Formats: sequence, C-alpha cells, structure tokens
Amino acid sequence: MAPLAQLEASMPAEVLSVSGLRKSYAGREVVAGVGFTLAAGQCYGLLGPNGAGKTTILRACLGLTSPAAGSIRLLGHPVPEQAREARTRVGVVPQFDNLDPDFTIAENLLVFGRYFGLADRQTRRRIPELLNFAGLSGKEKAKLATLSGGMKRRLTLARALVNDPDLLLLDEPTTGLDPQARHLIWERLKRLLAAGKTILLTTHFMDEAERLCHRLAILDEGKIIAEGTPQDLIAAEIEPQVVEVYGEDAPHWADSEGKTYARRLELSGETAFCYLQDGEVAALLTHLAGKPSMRRLHRPANLEDVFLKLTGRELRD
Amino acid sequence: MLAPPRLSLRAIAVWRRNYLVWRKLAIPSVLGNLADPMIYLFGLGYGLGGLLPQVAGVSYIQFLAAGTVCSSTMNAASFEALYSGFSRMHVQKTWDAILNAPVSLDDVVAGEWLWAAAKATLSGAAILVVISALGFIASPLALCVLPVIFLTGLAFAGLGLIVTALAPSYDFFMYYFTLLITPMMLLSGVFFPIETLPAAIQGISSALPLAHAVLLVRPLLSGQVPADIPLHLSVLAATALCSFWLALVLMRRRLLS
Repeated sequence: MAPLAQLEASMPAEVLSVSGLRKSYAGREVVAGVGFTLAAGQCYGLLGPNGAGKTTILRACLGLTSPAAGSIRLLGHPVPEQAREARTRVGVVPQFDNLDPDFTIAENLLVFGRYFGLADRQTRRRIPELLNFAGLSGKEKAKLATLSGGMKRRLTLARALVNDPDLLLLDEPTTGLDPQARHLIWERLKRLLAAGKTILLTTHFMDEAERLCHRLAILDEGKIIAEGTPQDLIAAEIEPQVVEVYGEDAPHWADSEGKTYARRLELSGETAFCYLQDGEVAALLTHLAGKPSMRRLHRPANLEDVFLKLTGRELRD
Repeated sequence: MLAPPRLSLRAIAVWRRNYLVWRKLAIPSVLGNLADPMIYLFGLGYGLGGLLPQVAGVSYIQFLAAGTVCSSTMNAASFEALYSGFSRMHVQKTWDAILNAPVSLDDVVAGEWLWAAAKATLSGAAILVVISALGFIASPLALCVLPVIFLTGLAFAGLGLIVTALAPSYDFFMYYFTLLITPMMLLSGVFFPIETLPAAIQGISSALPLAHAVLLVRPLLSGQVPADIPLHLSVLAATALCSFWLALVLMRRRLLS
C-alpha cells in the first residue's frame, strides 16, 4: 500500500467547490442550496431543464453575481472576494455568442488575450495553435460575419483557451449546432480533458452529458435532485431496460394490457415508455409480436430516461 | 453596490479594444463627426452672421466657432456613451465576454468612459484644426482648449453612461437628447451669449456643464485668459467624477445582480 502522504499527493486537488449556494431574483429562489465539488481533470455536468438555475450557478462561480448564501472556492480563491484573480486561470464559453463582430478571427483572440494581461507578442505566438485546435487554420484574417454557427462556437472555444486555463466553464456549448458540429466540439473537449484540463459543463442534452461527464448533477428548480456518475445514476434511479411502443393504439394499449407487462409505464402522446427489469423484457416483446399495429423499440435505459423520470415530462418555459 | 470605483490597468485593454474598432473606420468616422458641426458653423456663421454686427466683441462666426468646439465635444461623447456603449453592453454582449476574463465591471466602465472622452476630444480637436486654418484662432493659448475639451468629454461620457445604464432600448436615448442635450446647447452660450437670456434662465445656465466649458474655451480661442478658471474646471470635474461614479453604481445594479 502506498504511504498516506503519497496517496494524498496523487489525489486530485479541488478545482472548484460550491456549498450551500442560494440566489433569488424578484422573490423567486432560482438557486436553492446547491453544493458540489470538482476535482482536477474531471468533467462535471450540470443538467437541468430551462430555468433550473444552471447559468446562475456558473455566474456565481465566476463572481459575476453575489449569492444570498453559500461559499465558493475557485482555484484556491474565495469567490466573489477574489473572483478576478481566480478568473485568470479560467476559460469561459458562454451560452450566447459574444465574439467581436468588428474584428477578424485573429483580432478576436489578440484582443481577448489583452484582457488577461497577455502581451500581443505572446498571444500572436499562440494563435496558429489555437486556430488549428478550433479547425480554423489559415483563417486569421477572415471576418467574423463569414463564419458559420459551428465555426463561431469553435472560435469561442479557442478564445476561452487563450490564457491556457486550468478550468473551462462551458454553458450549453453545443446548443443550436448541427450533429457534425456537435461531434467536433465533443471530440475537442475530450482532447482538452486528455490534456489535463478540468471542465464544468451545463447542458440539457443527455447524450452530451453521458459522453463527456465523469460526474454530473441533475438540477430542478434550483436544487440538485440527483448526483453521481452517469452509470451510477442510471443504475440507481431507473429500471435497466426500456421498450418504447408507438402507434395510434398505444395509448389505449398502455391503459389496458400494457400495465400488466410493465410495472412502470409512461405515456407521452402516442408513445408508451415501458420501464422493465432484465427478466421482464421477453414477455412484453412476445406479447407485442401479436400487435402489428404498434411499432416498438427495445433499448437499454439511458440518462434521458433518468432525467425525465426525475424532472417530469411537462414543458419548462 | 455603492462602493467607490476599484480600478486597474485592465481598463486600458477595454479602451484599446474600442480604439482598434475605431481605427478600422477612422477616416470616415472623423469626417462624419466633422461634417455636421461644420455645416452648422458655416451655415449659421455666415448666413446669420451676415445679419449681425459683432457678437461679444468678435464676428459671429468666430463666436459660434468656440461654441461649436464645445457642443461637438459634448455630442461626440454622448453618442459614444449612449449608442455605441449600449451596443457593446446590451446588443453585442461585448462586456459580458470581457467580464469572463479577469477584468472587473469597474474597469470596463472606466475604459468606456475614457474612450468616449478620448473620441470626443478628437472630435473637438478636429474642429479646432479647421477653425485655426480659417484664421479664427488668436494665439497658442488655444492649445489649453485640449485639456478643457477632454474634461468636457469625461463629463458628458459619464452622464451618457448613466443613461445607458438605465436604457431598456435605443429609443430611450431620444428623451435624453430632446430633454437634456438640446436645451443645454441652447442655454449654454453656444449660439448666443448667455447674457441675452432672462435672468431666471441665466441661473439655470450657470448650473450647466456645457456653459462652463464654453466660458473657458471662448476666451482661450480669442487669446484671453478666462475668468473664474477654478470654478469652471471644478464644475466640469465634479460632473465628470460624480456621473462616472453614479453610472458605475447603476451598471453594477444592472449587470452584476
């Protein structure tokens, strides 16, 4: 067994710790006692429907809003007291594009470097590497208006790396992107994790969280309602097997026969979601084979099932 | 929220960002800023001036030239702090991007304030160059106008940032121009001497920062040392500092709540 001191040294340091965080706007508590910690090298996901408080938590971590209660330590600095010092080692990809439309690609990076106190000479040396990472090599002089949505997102990611940060905060990094652009962003984020960066990510795409996050927290109405690795959450919160049954007859079937085959069954429009234990699948599939008017899909349970179980199927606007 | 400004050198990075954008369009921007006041100066100066005997001991166009330097500085600072500032703060979200870096809101607002004042100074100085070419400048004392218009720029940039901090949209700025800037221009001795106004209104004039700028600039351009220099400078400096601080408090309330 390794001596204790050595064990401690190899233990990942805490990059971010948040505890008891509370914040209200206009009498409504949007963050109601949130706490989590982020170890170095980890990707941590904050998942939640719209209005769950994800962006407010990120803003509080950056010291851009003062919480009503709670404490935040970011890269060894208390926040908001020393937020400015802490932000020196952080890169941020905001939810909405705020690149500088008056500048070329290279100028966007150069000017952003100045906000970190970097000399232009230093940033200029890094620009080819950053653009290569963002898949924008050779586009130094391109005007911002000529970039697609995916290219702008990648440039925003490159801009967040201009100071070679230890921690990246990504607020819904792939919202509004097509599948090709999303996969490219995911691949880049994995490369950053492999290079030892720590990532805090908010998203409402469950596949994104399942692919990228080592640990995640599901938020609803300002509270963490579940926390753990994606696999642990699926194992702990939901049955392992799902059979989706759809077609015009599905609602009627769900109300009558469906219930006898699936102990837990959710109906959404014309689709019945049957949640089953491993041993219960065969009987249902045999039964459905005699019902050609309904189509079916059998798949393992995923994070989206957990999310919908915990946060419900109603719209959150 | 009411804490005094905590500033750092990062404000310069914000200033330089705006400068880099301006530099791309510098020539059209300077000419554009010059055209409007020049049209008024020549139109009113020669047109109306032809009907008038001397005003306050000089030709009307020379009288108006001094006023135009000040009003043009005021307008340039106001436009920058209102429309351009609002674009960067609210529409383009440029400030949001900057605030994610180790730059405080205080630094961002200070950078904007100094930038609007610098651009206003350039606007006033461009007019100085033109009127000096026309022979309306009496002595090198006119160079002292530069710090005065910078201070004037700071005063109106600060006032403009207050309005920007409160603005829900661009339309809001119309009220500021119609209710404050235009009356200020008419009551500050830009177009005619304050002494021609009724006594009660002269009292209002003495409280307007633009009037104090005009009272410094007009004698300096005619080669005279202005009267009451400490008073005029104090009014301008107090307006600049108080408005900057109030703008900052309002910006903190708007953006960091």
